Amino acid sequence: MDNDQNVLFGIYCPPHPHPLLAPELNDGYKNLRNAYDNLRDKIQASGADIILIYSTTWPSIVGHQIQAHPEPEWTHVDDDFHYLGSMPYKFNIDTEFADAYRDAAESRGLHSRTVAYDGFPIDTGSVVALSLLNPDNNIPACIVSSNMYSNRSETMVLGKAARDALSNQGKKAVVVVVASLSNRMFTEHINPRDDKIHSPKDDEWNKKILEFFRDGRLEDLSQLSRDIHGQIRIQKVAAYKPVWWMAATMGQHNNYHGEVLAYEPLHGSGGAVIQLTPSNESIGDKEFDEDDVEYYHGDRNVLDRGNL
Amino acid sequence: MKKGQVVLGCLAPHPPHLVYAENPEQNEPFSEGGWETLRWGYNRLARKLKKVDYDVMVIFTPHWATYIGTHFLGLPKFSSLSVDPIFPNIFRYKYDLDVDVELAEEMHKAASEAGIITKMMTNPDFRIDYGTITSCHMLNPEWDKPIITISSNRNAHYYSGEVMNEQAKALGEACLKAIEKSGKKVVLVSSHSLSHRHFVTESPLPEDMSREHIYNHSQYVWDMKMIKMMRDGKMKEVIDIMPEYTEQTIAETEAGGLSWMMAAMGLPDYPAEIYGYQSVIGTGNAVVAWDPNSKTREIVL
Ligand SMILES: [Fe+2]
Repeated sequence: MDNDQNVLFGIYCPPHPHPLLAPELNDGYKNLRNAYDNLRDKIQASGADIILIYSTTWPSIVGHQIQAHPEPEWTHVDDDFHYLGSMPYKFNIDTEFADAYRDAAESRGLHSRTVAYDGFPIDTGSVVALSLLNPDNNIPACIVSSNMYSNRSETMVLGKAARDALSNQGKKAVVVVVASLSNRMFTEHINPRDDKIHSPKDDEWNKKILEFFRDGRLEDLSQLSRDIHGQIRIQKVAAYKPVWWMAATMGQHNNYHGEVLAYEPLHGSGGAVIQLTPSNESIGDKEFDEDDVEYYHGDRNVLDRGNL
Repeated sequence: MKKGQVVLGCLAPHPPHLVYAENPEQNEPFSEGGWETLRWGYNRLARKLKKVDYDVMVIFTPHWATYIGTHFLGLPKFSSLSVDPIFPNIFRYKYDLDVDVELAEEMHKAASEAGIITKMMTNPDFRIDYGTITSCHMLNPEWDKPIITISSNRNAHYYSGEVMNEQAKALGEACLKAIEKSGKKVVLVSSHSLSHRHFVTESPLPEDMSREHIYNHSQYVWDMKMIKMMRDGKMKEVIDIMPEYTEQTIAETEAGGLSWMMAAMGLPDYPAEIYGYQSVIGTGNAVVAWDPNSKTREIVL
């Protein structure tokens, strides 16, 4: 593997505010909260220089927006779950990285801009993730939007630009992708105690996706994204993009150690907290031909070179 | 008590560019103008509204999107700063507005009785969306009337454009019942663009009108078709083809605003007043009003 060391590990986590605001409402929300708390400790002990968030609940239209206010501060309220309470926040943003990410995106042909405005409405998913994973702001963060029109190529390039920026700045990152698995919620108000995944079909697909994550098969999931979109995503945006960005940012291969810390329903949607760590351990138990190949060296000698 | 009524319905697009171009004191960024065709149309409609006797403005907005039912603003006052998440460079607006909570609760109750999933929004920290603010500012820059914002339930995403249309109509009919019961005179506002494909880049000066045009010709042709039907008083036909139109032009009607408003106004068969049509960052926008009073109804454009 090349410069994957720039990403210490990746996290996939859900955008809804229940684990932050109301973990006591059911055991599942509490379980998700415990998973966040667990990852919070791992992040704090990781030596990471930056937490980089890609949030599916921050849509953009004009290119790709990158948060660059050094200390954004507000009290956020969710459009649907306002009755669960308010989310006051104050974050520590790595503005130098934000600028570098914008430049890297521009030099890869993307339209991108930083945003640094008092009172800018940081989205629910980013607020939930940062509040739970980095509560004391010990590690600077950065957030990038999800362009509502962008599709695979553009999203992959946005991920590669994140790699460029990390590599250029020599920073070690924990990358956080904020997204549901299946994202169909119940369209009525429910008793939280009765929360469950919206349908057995959504549940089965979610579990299959978790199997891939558990096996560290990020590239395989990336290639399944269009099927995932068609099967278990409501048609809000053009495509299911978060795994594309995650794979492009972390490295497009299957050599990861995956851990599913929690999988629970959030008002019917599939909420999973997952950790994915670059690894060399999968030599021997995975296919040898799923790497992101830049130069073809011929067939591998699997016996002495493993998956490198 | 006299029966309440809808005294005017307005299709009021909310690109924040329009407020930006007006340079009101509430908005921080400064512009050199732009989008005059729409703004001057809006200005004229705002002058008409000054002569209309009404108690409250009820707005249906795509930018308070809810997936669990339809929500209503439920506190008497909201005061804060609204920063557009998409165009923060041009819209950072300090607002201070009053809500007619009594009528909001009546609408909530009527909708609920009609089988629609509903919720009152009573969190004081809740931020008012820029759709509400832009449409209301352009229609009534003095903010001297209370408003009610109704969220847009996104059935189009969960089910289909057809389901969205039916549910929005049911909501409109329920809101009308509440309005009639209240004895109030109400202006309805459907806050959205028509065709809704944006450019994904922005010129260095957003108000550079040499760059502004519709995203593509097919969007334009569809928009013109809709406007012609509005002009001809064919609102039943407009609502009937709404799912098709919305799909073809990814129109912002997908949130249900126009279907809601037209149902609450009994699907007008009289000509709409057309105040202007122009593109904003590629999207198609029309300022249109429906005046149920034939004595004050005008041919504007
Ligand atoms: Fe809009």
